Order: sequence, then C-alpha cells, then structure tokens
Amino acid sequence: MPNMIVCVKQIADPEAPAGSLKVDEAAKKVVPAAGVAQVVSPFDEQAVEAALRIKDALGGKITVLSLGKDFVMDVIRKPLAMGADELILLQDPAFDGSDSCSTAYALAMAIKKVGEYDIVFCGRQAADWDAGQVGSGIAELLGIPCVTVAKKVEVADGTVKVERVVSDGYEVIDVSTPVLVTVSNELGEPRYPKLKGIMAAAKKEVPTWSASDIGADTSKLGAAGACSTLLKLFVPVREAKCEMIEGENAEDMGANLALKLREAKLI
Amino acid sequence: MADNKGVLILGEIAEGKLAAITTEMLGGGRGLADALGEELSVALMGSSIGDLAQEAIALGADKVYVVDDPLLKDYQTDSFIAVAERVIKEASPSIVLMGQTAMGRDLAPRLAFRLNTAVSMDCVELAIDPDTKALLQTRPVYGGTARAVFTTDARPQMATVRPKAMDPLEADSSRKGEVVAVAAGIDASIIKAKLVEKVKEEVEGIKLEDAEVVVCGGRGLGGPEAFQELEALAKVMGGAVGATRPPCDNGWVPAAMQIGLTGKIVSPTLYIGIALSGSSQHMAGCSGSKNIVAINKDPEANVFKEARFGVVGDFKKILPAFTEKVKSLISG
Repeated sequence: MPNMIVCVKQIADPEAPAGSLKVDEAAKKVVPAAGVAQVVSPFDEQAVEAALRIKDALGGKITVLSLGKDFVMDVIRKPLAMGADELILLQDPAFDGSDSCSTAYALAMAIKKVGEYDIVFCGRQAADWDAGQVGSGIAELLGIPCVTVAKKVEVADGTVKVERVVSDGYEVIDVSTPVLVTVSNELGEPRYPKLKGIMAAAKKEVPTWSASDIGADTSKLGAAGACSTLLKLFVPVREAKCEMIEGENAEDMGANLALKLREAKLI
Repeated sequence: MADNKGVLILGEIAEGKLAAITTEMLGGGRGLADALGEELSVALMGSSIGDLAQEAIALGADKVYVVDDPLLKDYQTDSFIAVAERVIKEASPSIVLMGQTAMGRDLAPRLAFRLNTAVSMDCVELAIDPDTKALLQTRPVYGGTARAVFTTDARPQMATVRPKAMDPLEADSSRKGEVVAVAAGIDASIIKAKLVEKVKEEVEGIKLEDAEVVVCGGRGLGGPEAFQELEALAKVMGGAVGATRPPCDNGWVPAAMQIGLTGKIVSPTLYIGIALSGSSQHMAGCSGSKNIVAINKDPEANVFKEARFGVVGDFKKILPAFTEKVKSLISG
C-alpha cells in the first residue's frame, strides 16, 4: 500500500471576481480585498484528489504538508475532510518571504522528516504566483524522478503510470517509486468533503513543524534562501475601449456586429 | 561562474522542424545578445537533426550546439536534463532561455535547481538593464492580474518565454555561424521516467495556435451542444474553436481546446469570445489577439474591458443571426 505525501498551499481565492486583488506597488505585494476567501490552491486540491483515487483503489496513507502562515484552519483542514490521513503545517517566521527555491527546500526537508514515501504529489503550480517550480525543485532536492502536469495517475505492480498533458494530447509515462508527480486540472473535479469527513477532520490533531523541527539550514529558508529578487510589481495598463453594438433586438445586434466587423475589414 | 557570457536558447524541434517557440526565442534572444554585445547560441537536442542548425543560424544564432542521439528522439525529463546540463557547462552562458511549453515547464525548474540558480517562468518580456547588464524578467502573476519583474544574482540567469511573446526574425540564409557537435554522453539507464506512449487528441481542422480567427466558448454556453454553433461560425470564417477551462473540465470539449494560462496561447487577428466572463487566467491565453469581440449577457463581464467590440445579450439569439450575416457578407 503506497505511502503518499501531498503538498498544498493556502491562497486567496483565485476565482474571486477580477478587481478584488489590489496591488501594493510600494510594498511589492498583492493584497486581496476584504471578504476574499482563503482556499486551498485549486491544483493542490486536484493533487489531493489524485492521491485519494489511489487510496480508493489500493489503500495506503496520505500525509498532507502545507507551508505558510495565517492558516485558516477550516480551510487548510479540507484535504483531511476529503479523506487524507494526516496534516502537518510548516509554520515559522524563518519561512517568511519564501520563493520557489526556499519553499521547495523547506518542503523537501519536511518530506525527509516524514520519512517513508512512495509518491509525492504537488499541484502543477500555485494559483497565485503561477511559477510551477516547487514540485520539480523538491524532486531535484530529494534526487527522485518527477513527472509534471499529470491528468491521471495509477499504480500497478509497483510501477506508477502517469498520463502527462502536452499540447496535442498526452503522454503515458512509466516510472518506479519513489516519484514526485505534479497534477493538473485535467484530472477532473476534486471530491466534495462529506459531513462525516468534515467532523472527523475537525477533531484531528494537526502538528506544526518549525524550521528546527525539520532540521533546516536557516540560510536556505524564507527571504534568505530566495534565489531571485522581486524588483517591481505592477498592474499592466489596458488600452482597449470597447465599442458596444446596439440593435432593436438580439438578432439585430448579431447582424449589426457582422456589419461592424466588415466595416473594420475583419471579415 | 564569473565568466558566464552570452545567451543560450534550449531549442525545441517539432516534427523535424524548429518549433515556433524556438524561432521566436531566436528573434528575442538576438536582441538580448546584441544589448550585451555577446553571442547568441542555441542548443538543438534531438535525433536526426539534419540541417536545422543552418536554419537556426539564418534566424539569428551565432553558434549552434547540436546534440544528435537516438535517445533524444522524444523529450524525456531525465535524458534532456542531463544533456542540457552538459551543454550549459560547455557554453557557460550568462542567460539561458527555454519555451514555456510542455518541455520548458518540465525542464526549466529542475535544471535551475540542479545549477543552483533561479528561473522565471512564463516571461512575457525580457530586457537587459542598461546599467547592471542584468536580465530583467517580467512575468504575469496572480493569473495575469499583476506583473512582476525579477532579477537573479546567480548565473546563468534563466527564463522560460511565453509563446508568441517574441517575434522571429526574417530568415537570412547569408548569415554565418558556427556549428558545434556535442556528444550526448548518456545511456538509456539514466531514464527513470520512461515515455511509453504518445496519444494525440488534436482537434480536427485548423490548429488553434495557427488560426487567424478563433471562436471561443465559456461556461455560459451551458453544455456541449452550443459548441456546434461555434463550430458552424468558425467554419464560415475559416477559423478554429477554443474553450475556457470550465467547458474542458466539465468534459463538454477536449482539454486540447483549452485557451488560457494553463492551456494554449493564441494571438489571432480576430478572437470572438462567447458566453465567457474573461477571467484573467483565460485572458492570459488570448490577450495577444489583435481584435477581441465579446458576446456576453453580463455587461460587467471582465472580457469587455479587453474587447474592441462587444454585444450584451443572449448568445442563443445573437449568434445565429451573426453567423447568418457573416455568411452572407462573405459570400456576397
């Protein structure tokens, strides 16, 4: 039965309406407007779902790791409510200002502390900074193979079979464990937690590990361990002015749009 | 690595040709190399590469590293990582560019960690700081809501480049360059994650990325049936049909039709968005279109902020009349 680890990140809801994220250019930070919910990053939820599907088929254990701060416990417990077995939070001021490099290092150290694992799952990218590096970085630091952008993951006879999304379809990759897999939205909708799962999750003890708990070299953590420097953060200027097409009724508007496109020499 | 010099592109070969992204990076990379007063090189890793090296030179490269080995016939992480690391050590570049493609997304982060440097993924703009000569790496973040500019102290500085963010140069067959053969130096045992099958799911007709007209449908279409009307319109206009993420995730249409941050990037002359809100994640895949037209029942929909022409109303009524009129205008 496979031992699985899933790395998840808590972020401001990326589905919040456009305009609900404000950019503080001086502080070089994105600030969600009041009322924007915190959620588990959607690709990470799909990573949890990928692990659960394997657990449904074969059994096994799922440990969820999350590095961050200001955790909303009802939100970050969601993977437990969906059916994961353990949740461990990595929380320490030393992690502040982490980028992809320092996040991957801290998670790799935490994974080593968890110990035995067959498959590590991550989302293909966090839906805030969209970098898509942490999974590959963890794999490199652990010295294990990595398959990215998976839409299906199955285990048979100790071999992991992954369908990896490419632009004109998908590739089938065979790899033996231990392996790291990053999961994409093509995997399909993650399951909704059931009431029983939510109740059990709420009672579960959730340990917090600090930098020293994972035996990390603090010079590789947080801002100190970041590999790149953020010079500037800004909102791109849009110049488009939309001309609204009018008409007597909807059919009329449709025809007028065609005439307008002809006038603009677009058809 | 104080003597890192020049710009190295890790090229891609698709069906025996230089991939479009590689020709784009040659164009963009040429500008960066000139700004530094240094060399532009490209690594071509594959099997039976033939005269693609000359083509890369005609498109702007000063030097081409050719790694021709049967083990490199298809992209596989483990073999390409090893070969890319070898070429980078030989070339010792100051800047390494890759495409934000299935290959670049997979290769770039792992390579950056291996070389103890950083990579900025999905850059839409790259420039050389005139004072420090550092590579300024601009990439969209928060699904395109904001843009971030990064620099890296370590060398090489690495970036992946969004398709269609740079323009290829006009091919000039009189350009001269150097071709260097590099041995792959790998055997099959290093490939741990093995490619066993490739499955094509390409939608029939014109490729989305190449189409001059793209008709795209969103969640508001309500189901797979309405896509037939989009197909009809695309057919009349000689275009291709795409979709936002929800229709793909719901299984209304194949995932290969997805346009957006995690799907395909298109930049047609005319993009018609129907019953889609225009989330920043989607617009990331189409905002390079020359003319955006939006049909949506919600006048507040974000897509209208980027559109040139908009129609507010029910697509079920607007679309048939629009298609009919387009047909008569084109045939007339």
